Amino acid sequence: MSGPAELPPTALQAAFDRASADLAFPAPDDRPPVLNDVPPSAEQESLLDRSWRDPPGLLGALSAINHKTIGRRFVLTALGFFIAGGLLAALMRLQLARPDSQLVGPDLYNQLFTMHGTTMMFLFAVPVMQAMAVLLVPLMIGARSIAFPRMNAYAYWVYLFGGLMLYGAFLLNIGPDTGWFAYVPLSGPEHSPGKRVDFWAQMITFTELSALLEAVILITTVFKLRAPGMTLNRMPLYVWAMLVTSFMVMFAMPAVMFASTALITDRLVGTHFYNPREGGDALLWQHLFWFFGHPEVYLIFIPGLGFLSAVIATFARRPVFGYPAMVLSLIATAFLAFGLWVHHMFATPLPELGKSFFTAMSMLIAVPTAVQIFCWIATLATGRLHWKTPLLFVLAFFAVLLLGGLSGLMLASVPLDLQVHDSYFVVAHLHYVLIGGAVFPLIGAVIYWYPKFTGRLMSERLGRWSFWLAFVGFNLAFFPMHHLGLHGMPRRVYTYPAESGWQALNLLATGGALVLAAGMALFFINLWRSRRHGEPAGADPWGGGTLEWATASPPNAGNFCAVPVVHGREPLWQAATEPVAVAGLAVDRREVLVSTTLEAHPDHRLSFPVPTPWPFAGALATAALFIGSIFTPWAVVWGMVPVAIALTLWFWPRRRKTAEDLALETAP
Amino acid sequence: MQDVLHSAGVQAGHILDLWRLMLGVCAVVFAAVLLAFLWAVLRAPRAGRDTSPDLSALQHNEPRLLRRVAWATALSTLLLFGLVGASVWTDRALAQLPLHGALHVRVTAHQWWWDLQYDDAEPSRIFTTANELHVPVGRPVILTLLSDDVIHSFWVPSLAGKKDLIPGRTAQLQFRADRAGTYRGQCAEFCGAQHARMAFRVIAEEPAAYEAWAARQRQPAAPPADALRQRGQQLFLAGTCVMCHNVGGTDATGRRAPDLTHLGSRQTLAAGTLPNAPEPLAAWIRDPQSHKPGTNMPGHDYSPEDMQALVAWLRGLE
Repeated sequence: MSGPAELPPTALQAAFDRASADLAFPAPDDRPPVLNDVPPSAEQESLLDRSWRDPPGLLGALSAINHKTIGRRFVLTALGFFIAGGLLAALMRLQLARPDSQLVGPDLYNQLFTMHGTTMMFLFAVPVMQAMAVLLVPLMIGARSIAFPRMNAYAYWVYLFGGLMLYGAFLLNIGPDTGWFAYVPLSGPEHSPGKRVDFWAQMITFTELSALLEAVILITTVFKLRAPGMTLNRMPLYVWAMLVTSFMVMFAMPAVMFASTALITDRLVGTHFYNPREGGDALLWQHLFWFFGHPEVYLIFIPGLGFLSAVIATFARRPVFGYPAMVLSLIATAFLAFGLWVHHMFATPLPELGKSFFTAMSMLIAVPTAVQIFCWIATLATGRLHWKTPLLFVLAFFAVLLLGGLSGLMLASVPLDLQVHDSYFVVAHLHYVLIGGAVFPLIGAVIYWYPKFTGRLMSERLGRWSFWLAFVGFNLAFFPMHHLGLHGMPRRVYTYPAESGWQALNLLATGGALVLAAGMALFFINLWRSRRHGEPAGADPWGGGTLEWATASPPNAGNFCAVPVVHGREPLWQAATEPVAVAGLAVDRREVLVSTTLEAHPDHRLSFPVPTPWPFAGALATAALFIGSIFTPWAVVWGMVPVAIALTLWFWPRRRKTAEDLALETAP
Repeated sequence: MQDVLHSAGVQAGHILDLWRLMLGVCAVVFAAVLLAFLWAVLRAPRAGRDTSPDLSALQHNEPRLLRRVAWATALSTLLLFGLVGASVWTDRALAQLPLHGALHVRVTAHQWWWDLQYDDAEPSRIFTTANELHVPVGRPVILTLLSDDVIHSFWVPSLAGKKDLIPGRTAQLQFRADRAGTYRGQCAEFCGAQHARMAFRVIAEEPAAYEAWAARQRQPAAPPADALRQRGQQLFLAGTCVMCHNVGGTDATGRRAPDLTHLGSRQTLAAGTLPNAPEPLAAWIRDPQSHKPGTNMPGHDYSPEDMQALVAWLRGLE
C-alpha cells in the first residue's frame, strides 16, 4: 500500500533531513526489530537506552523529547522561578519591616507584588506540579514514555519563553503592576496605559497554553500507557491526583485564557468587554478570573495531596488507609472547586442570597479534605514510621494546611469575609494553604524522588536543618499576618503609617520571612551539593511500593526494558506473580505498549516519535507571535507563517521512520 | 482606631460575635486534629528502610479504623453545617439593621481620595466634603457607593464590613456607630500607585455636635478676614488650583479633586497622608509627588511669602 514512505522527496524534506533526522540514530532502515526478553539481557538494556536517549550536542539538547529530560528541565525552571518569586517577596518584606519606609517606592512595590503573585501562581505552582508529573507519572505507571513527547517538549519551551518574557519586561522596568489578578478597569487601557499589563496578559497566554497541553498529555498518558494489569483502581494515589488535576486544568484554564484575551483586545484593538461606559462589565472579569482562580488553588493543592499519599505510604510501611475514599475525595474536591469562585467576590454588590450558596459550597469542600486527613492519620497510627526528611516535610502539612483550611472556613462566611477580605488575614490564609498544602509536600517529594533521577540521596542533616528553619520561619512570618488583618491592615499596600500600630507584627513577619528564606536556601544548597556528593542510592533507597522504584536510579532512557505486569496496588511490596513483565516489545526503536483505559489490558503496540528540534522552533515561532501581538494586532497574521512552517515540519513524515514503523508492523 | 476586634457599631459587633464563635470552633478542631496526628505519629513504632511493609490492609478491611474515620467525618460535617448556619444567621442580623431616619451619604471613590456628598430632601441642604465622614452616634447611615475610575473598597473595620465601589455599578453599605470616636478606614481593593495612601476617617459624634458640624459644612467659605488671607485667596483663584478644586462661595468650582470649602476643619491632608497643619500643607502644595508619588496633584512653586498667604487662607477655611 502507499504510505507516507512513498511520498516524493521534496526540498523541504531534504532540508529537514539535514537538520534533524540524522541527529539521533544510525539508520536501522527496515531491519527486523530486536525484541526484549523477560528478564531482559544487558545488551537489550543498552539497546533500549540508546534508542530512547536524547541526542548529544546543542542541537540535541534543543531536540530533546525524553520525558525525564523535559521533566527535569521543567522542574528546575519552575524552581528557578520559585527562587525569583521568593526574592521578590523578601524585598517586599524588607520594605514593610518599618512604617513609612523609603526602601522601595510605590511603583516598584506594585510591580514586586504583582510579579511575586504572578510568578508563584503561574510560573511556579501550577507548572511545577505538572513538571513533577511529567517526570514521575510514566515511571509510576510502568510506561516507557509520556504520551505526545514532542508536544511535551513544545509545552516546556512555550512555558519557558513566557516566563522569560515576563522577567525580561520586569528587568526593563515595564513589569506588570496591577496585581496577579489584574482587576479591570485598573488594568484596562484607560488606567494602565503602556505595555505593562499586556506583558502580564500575554504571559497568561503562554503559561495556560503550556498547562492545557500538559493536561492533555498527562490524561492521555494515564489513560492509555499504563502497564498491563494496572487497572484504574490499582493506580497509585499520586497518579490519581494528577489525573484529577489535569481534568481540572482542562476546565479551569479556558476561562482565564478567554478573560486575558478579552483584556488584550480591550487594550489593543478597542473592544469593550470590560468597559461599563460602553456596555461592558467590570465584574465580568472577576467572574471569569475566579472561575479559573479558585480551581487553580485546588489544582496546586491536589498534587500536594498526591505527594502526601505517596510519601506517607512508603514511610509508614503500609498502603494508605481507605483507597476508595481517598480517590473519591480527590474527585469530589475537583467538582466542588468549580462551585465556589464567588467567595472571592463577597464584597461586590452581588445578590446576598446567592452568596449564601457559595458559603455553603466553600465550607462543604472541607469535607473531602477532612476525609483524606483522617485517612492519613489512620495510616500513620497503624503504620511503622521510617523517620526521614521527606516524611518530615510532608507531615508539616498537618499543622500548616490544617490552620490554613480552618481560616478558609472563616473566609467562606460572607459576614466574616466582609471584614477580613483583602486584608493581611487573607495573605496569611493563602500562604498557609499554598505553602502548607503544596510547597512543603513538594519539597518532601523532591527529596523523596531525588535519588531516582540522580542516583544519590540528599543529605539528611541539611534536610532536617532546612525543614526546621523553614517551618519555624514560615510560622513566624505568616501567623502574625492574621493579626495584622484583624487590626485592619489591607493587602497590597506599599507602606503604612506609624500611627497604625502595625510595625511590631510587621517586623516580626519580616524576621520570620528571612528565617524561612534561610531554610529554603539550605534546601537548594542541599539539592545542588547532593547531586555529586550525596550518598549513592541504588534503585530503591526507601523501600517503596510503586513501580518507579523497580527500575534503576537514574532510570534507563526507556524507563523499563521489560514493561512490568501489575497484579495489585503495591506491585513492589506484593509477592511477584506470573507474568511479571511483558516480552516482545522492540528495544532498538521507540515502541510502547498501549493499554485499555479502564482495565489496562494490552491493546496495541505504538511507535513513538524521535527527537526533533521542531517543537523548539515551533515554540520560538509561537513566542514571536505572542510577543509581537503585544505591539501590533498584525503580528497574529504574519506570526502565523513561521508557526505554520514549524508545525508542518514537526509533523512531516520521514522516510526512515516510516520504513522503521512498517518493519515493526510486519515483525513476528 | 482601625480594628475588627474592637467594634464601635452594631454591624461590626455582629461580625465580631461570629468571629468569636468561629475562632472557638476552629481552635477546638485544630487542637483535636493536631492531637490525633501527634498521637498517631508518637504511638506508631519506628521502622527502617527494610522493614517489610504491612500489607494486611490489601487483604481485608480495617473496620475499626473505618468506624473512626467515618465518625470524625460525620462530626466535621455536622460542625460545618453549624458554621454555615451561624454565618447565615449573622447575615440575617446584618440585613435587619433598622434604617428609619437614616443619614444618606453618597461616596464616590477616586484615585486616591474619597468624595462625600451628604444628601438631603431639600437640595439647598446638600453639601460636599472629602476624606472625613462625620456621622451622628446612634443613627443609621446608608452609604451609596460609586466609583469614578477603578474599583475601590470602603472599609472601616471598627464599624462594618467592607464594600466594593465598582465603576458602572451602585452599591450600598449600611452601618450605625454606637460609640463616639474617630475610626480610621482605608481603601481595601488595590487601586493603583497610591492604594496605600487612600485612607479616610469616620468621626462619630453626638447628634448635637454632628448637627452643628453639618450646619457649618453647609455654609460657603468664610470671606478672608485679613490682608494675608485675601492675598492667599487671590493666589488660589488666579492659579491652576481652581481647575480641580471647589471652594464654596468663590469662583473655584472644580470637581476633580477634593472639595476644599472647609479644609481647615479636617484632621488630615491628601486622604490621610499628612496631618493638617501649616507646614505639612505648604510642603504638600509645593511637592505633592514626594509625599504621595503618583498623585494627580501637580506641585506649585510659590515664593515663601505667597505660600504663607495661601496656607493661611486655606487653614482659615473652617
